[in-house]
Amino acid sequence: MAGRIRIRAQKQGEYTEVKALMRHPMETGMRKDAAGEPIPAHFITEVAGKHGEKVVMSAQWGAAVSQNPFLGFRFKGGESGDEVSVSYIDNKGETGSGSTKIR
Amino acid sequence: MNQTETFGPIGRRQFLRAGAAFAALAIAPIKLLASMVRPEGAFQATTVEATLAELGMQPVESSDIVLETPNIAENGAVVPVTVTSSIPNTSRIFVMVEKNPNPLAAIFDIPEGTEASVQTRVKVAQTCLLYGLVEADGKLYMTTRETKVTLGGCGG
Repeated sequence: MAGRIRIRAQKQGEYTEVKALMRHPMETGMRKDAAGEPIPAHFITEVAGKHGEKVVMSAQWGAAVSQNPFLGFRFKGGESGDEVSVSYIDNKGETGSGSTKIR
Repeated sequence: MNQTETFGPIGRRQFLRAGAAFAALAIAPIKLLASMVRPEGAFQATTVEATLAELGMQPVESSDIVLETPNIAENGAVVPVTVTSSIPNTSRIFVMVEKNPNPLAAIFDIPEGTEASVQTRVKVAQTCLLYGLVEADGKLYMTTRETKVTLGGCGG
């Protein structure tokens, strides 16, 4: 099951600002459902941001990152029209990705 | 996919779809980037001290890190955090939440050409210190800021 990532990349001077919003429950594994059964942990463990093929951001996350996570960063060297992508993998091996062109 | 088991013979289309899903699972990468090595011990640690011990580095306080968090978070489940470092050669940024069950929330790798500033949102279980840590030239620097939480971060 691959999740979509909403992503925006905007040129600001020499930097390109990237904002990505992922859709993910980010369950810690410490919560219980209404019936008192533990809800299994389900959270994004790795995130990568790329400008073309170049990795411009990589992150490792724990379950403390909020539900539907937000990631913002800025990198140099982007030009209008270049492709920027963000992808993730979670603790169940599920992946998500999204891409956009720099505005 | 359970439907195919419950509702009789599998149609060709469903079969193809199931096959494609299976293939996607089979080739799904275990890691996004080969270079990532997850410090599992640090993510599992239950105190700030234990996390730092797992990372194998002791931080020194630095005023060259700006940690932006709200003074008061009405909803501890979604607390915006921005960490910006003006320390030269910043290679990694860490976010820790002192009183969470596992304090280490996130590690960001900053390659050359990427600004040493990251924005995200974290859960904060209760009023406590948030840590912004920065690794540069093999040394660890930190700054802290208290965030008051009026509603806990575990939604329980």
